[in-house]
Amino acid sequence: MFIPHTDSEREEMLKTIGAPSIESLFEGVPVKHRFPQLNLPPALSEMEVAAQLQELSQINESTRDLVCFLGAGAYNHYIPAAVDAILRRGEFYTAYTPYQPEVSQGTLQAIFEFQSLVANLTGMDVSNASHYDGATATAEAAVLAYHHFRGKRTRFIVSPAVNPQYRQVMRTYMDGYENLQVIGDGEPGDPLGAFEALTRMLDANTAMVVVQYPDFFGRVQDLSDLAAKVHAAGAILTVVINPTALALFKSPGEMGADIAVGEGQPLGIPLSYGGPYLGIFAAKKDYVRKIAGRLIGETVDQQGKRGYVLTLTAREQHIRREKATSNICTNQGLIALAATAYMSLLGKHGLRQVAELCYHKAHFLAEQINRIPGFSVDLTQPFFHEFIVKCPAPVGEINEYLLDNGILGGYDLSQDYPSLQTHMLLAVTEMNTREEIDLLCEVLKEYAND
Amino acid sequence: MNIPTNLKYTKSDEWVKVDGNIVTIGVSDYAQSQLSDIVYFEFKVDPGDAVHKDQTVATLESVKAAADVNAPLSGNVVDINESLTEQFEAVNTDPYGAAWVLKIEISKPGELDGLMDAAGYEAYCQERSH
Repeated sequence: MFIPHTDSEREEMLKTIGAPSIESLFEGVPVKHRFPQLNLPPALSEMEVAAQLQELSQINESTRDLVCFLGAGAYNHYIPAAVDAILRRGEFYTAYTPYQPEVSQGTLQAIFEFQSLVANLTGMDVSNASHYDGATATAEAAVLAYHHFRGKRTRFIVSPAVNPQYRQVMRTYMDGYENLQVIGDGEPGDPLGAFEALTRMLDANTAMVVVQYPDFFGRVQDLSDLAAKVHAAGAILTVVINPTALALFKSPGEMGADIAVGEGQPLGIPLSYGGPYLGIFAAKKDYVRKIAGRLIGETVDQQGKRGYVLTLTAREQHIRREKATSNICTNQGLIALAATAYMSLLGKHGLRQVAELCYHKAHFLAEQINRIPGFSVDLTQPFFHEFIVKCPAPVGEINEYLLDNGILGGYDLSQDYPSLQTHMLLAVTEMNTREEIDLLCEVLKEYAND
Repeated sequence: MNIPTNLKYTKSDEWVKVDGNIVTIGVSDYAQSQLSDIVYFEFKVDPGDAVHKDQTVATLESVKAAADVNAPLSGNVVDINESLTEQFEAVNTDPYGAAWVLKIEISKPGELDGLMDAAGYEAYCQERSH
């Protein structure tokens, strides 16, 4: 281990703060807790560790080994090889914010393109340079709304059809604020209910309403009427989006939403437990100064040449000091770059093609499953690439059966929604072949006949 | 540097005009010249709000920095200069006139004693420019 301080420097520092020794600095920690006995196996050589890790990793089964119909917020899409090649260029390969931003013109330009693409996709005026993931981006929208109303509106209405993890993170973020009320998704309640249940809760104290589009169950609903009602109450409408879906459906901006947030993982980011993923955050111009993180702008230098600058970091620590209401030091710069490369490589038509493939394959599968005795799908509501299957047995049991047949089944909705026992959420993407869809139906039929 | 003698001043560079129990506050000429061009102005309080001494009542941003405007005295906000959110340049061009920030009906007159007069503020500004 390299420690830059010399003994004499350490002596000097201890003298300055009046401590006799380094050990004395830890007096607050009871002796028995300072060096606890750790239950560790004997030390291994690097070669042995590598072999052991290799062995462990082979127990994993990934989407390369299994047929995947699991979604619920993270989706198995094809990632063109060029995305990774661009990402790994030495000039780009850092997750960190450029602290002397203007010398990093390439990074700034990539972020600028990312913002433009996201704003375009969501129908919003501005996008920031990204958040950690969809959950933290959603929570940041709540923080924005709180400050927008100077803490005077304290009711936050959240649809039960918003990703349960996002709702949880939002509650964690809002925990320290006084007198805040996060309502709308409590039990008992109908998680599949209409927006009316939410609009009935609107009052003059409501800061924000959060819905998801397509919602957690994959359903797509027009938001225009909801937006009008939210605005009539003077509140902000935040919509959690799936970027792939927006290549096909009307954008939240067009339907009157004020803020669009979401998970950017479908845009060329591999599925991985714990991320890194990508938080999307876009808003109407009215809220530009209240957005967390950073915003890159395009300008010209003294000689009239195009250049990029860090235009706005209005809520951040290095501008607002102790009054900062955000500290997004490490945005997902590298992941945002991957999304930018993905969107640029696919282009407007390519992205739409991906969305259409997802849509049609999902609808084909839904119809097939609906014909299997014991299973049913509500085909009356418009949906994108994910839908609920009502099953004849607990989802966990069915998923075990599927896994034995090499299929990663759907999400068990009873984990988050007690009223949705035996309800499975299935996702279909362009990666699912006709053969895979047929296989899933065959195995489900077998299960039903067993 | 313009430091009108009929006003009082704070260490955080607000000016205060006392008119009975109503005070008008703003940003001093020294502060605006240090900040340079203002590009944004936002209120943190509304008329009717109770404020305490040193509470942030507005924030502004210049091309160089972000800064807060603090209430120099405790009381109730009776009026705010809403036009500043659009015409924030006034902070640079007319800090003691068009750029008044807000009026407070003070509740603790004793706090007035803590303010500086023009001579005191001038000395305070000079001290900092060295």
